[in-house]
Amino acid sequence: MELEKYFRVEKLPHIWCPGCGHGSVMMSIAKGVDKLGWDPKKVVVVSGIGCSSRAAGYLNFNTLHTVHGRPIAFATGVKLANPELHVIVITGDGDGAAIGGNHLIHACRRNIGINVVLFNNQIYGMTSGQYSPMTPEGSMATTSPFGNIEPPFDLCELTKSAGANFVARGTVYHLPKLDSYMEKAFSKKGFSYLEAISQCPTYYGRRNKLKTPLEMLEWQKENSIDIKKAKDLDPEELKGKIITGIFTERDEEEYTVRYDKLIASVQGGKK
Amino acid sequence: MPKKGKVYINEPWCKGCEICANFCPKKILGLRGDGKMEVKDPENCIACNQCVLRCPDYAIKVEVIENND
Repeated sequence: MELEKYFRVEKLPHIWCPGCGHGSVMMSIAKGVDKLGWDPKKVVVVSGIGCSSRAAGYLNFNTLHTVHGRPIAFATGVKLANPELHVIVITGDGDGAAIGGNHLIHACRRNIGINVVLFNNQIYGMTSGQYSPMTPEGSMATTSPFGNIEPPFDLCELTKSAGANFVARGTVYHLPKLDSYMEKAFSKKGFSYLEAISQCPTYYGRRNKLKTPLEMLEWQKENSIDIKKAKDLDPEELKGKIITGIFTERDEEEYTVRYDKLIASVQGGKK
Repeated sequence: MPKKGKVYINEPWCKGCEICANFCPKKILGLRGDGKMEVKDPENCIACNQCVLRCPDYAIKVEVIENND
């Protein structure tokens, strides 16, 4: 794959810290677009605010770097105006699960053709390490100096229940698998949610006895359980584990298709 | 005979995170004093491309110089 085709190489190296996993997830997105053979001119990447959302600046597609928590709202507008475009939303655990959580569930409910890729580094990295709704219980953060007492959100279960057509979770450690989920997510009509567990060595690792990027990757490897295996385990055994795999695959009708049908019917079959 | 490769590191893009060195099965990469990665043992590269796959900064390229497959 040619880097120049999908990246604004003059903007590289990217701003992310040494050992940050976001670069790997961004590459996985480019590989997904490449595998499906999408015309870069027909791809729109919409991002919110946070470390993850900086990706929009490096990818050589039509890109929108929007406001905090609102990339899905902007993407909904883009998709409704031009349903033929491939709309990818890049968001993070702060942007997508906290401030943007409501947009996420309603986009799932509508099942609009947007591919959301959530970079989950389990911390607010850009603002120097506050805990997010997806920080594991017990983790140290600047706002939880004695350990986080909140349970993390399982957005895969949430988006699955809310009506997304495709839901999966992968990790940066299991990169080839992440690439395959990316391809499946992008090829799905309707809403897809793909969560990529990434590593933040600077603000999560250092505070949580994972001193190097490698230790963080090893942590992903040791704590991941495939969804097929997880079905046989009880909730106590799954506490603190990363369940990976495909959570749901459906083929419910996409929103803009239903919308076009509505227009056709109220106009008496003429369009 | 396994494959042989030549590793190229794009130094301005390398941040010295050492992920490549840890995933290299032949342990031929190492951190240099100035915080960039270097190929310490170029003879032993088997062109497995693990470093290319794992580098989060796209700073490594591997050229296959001998393919005995």
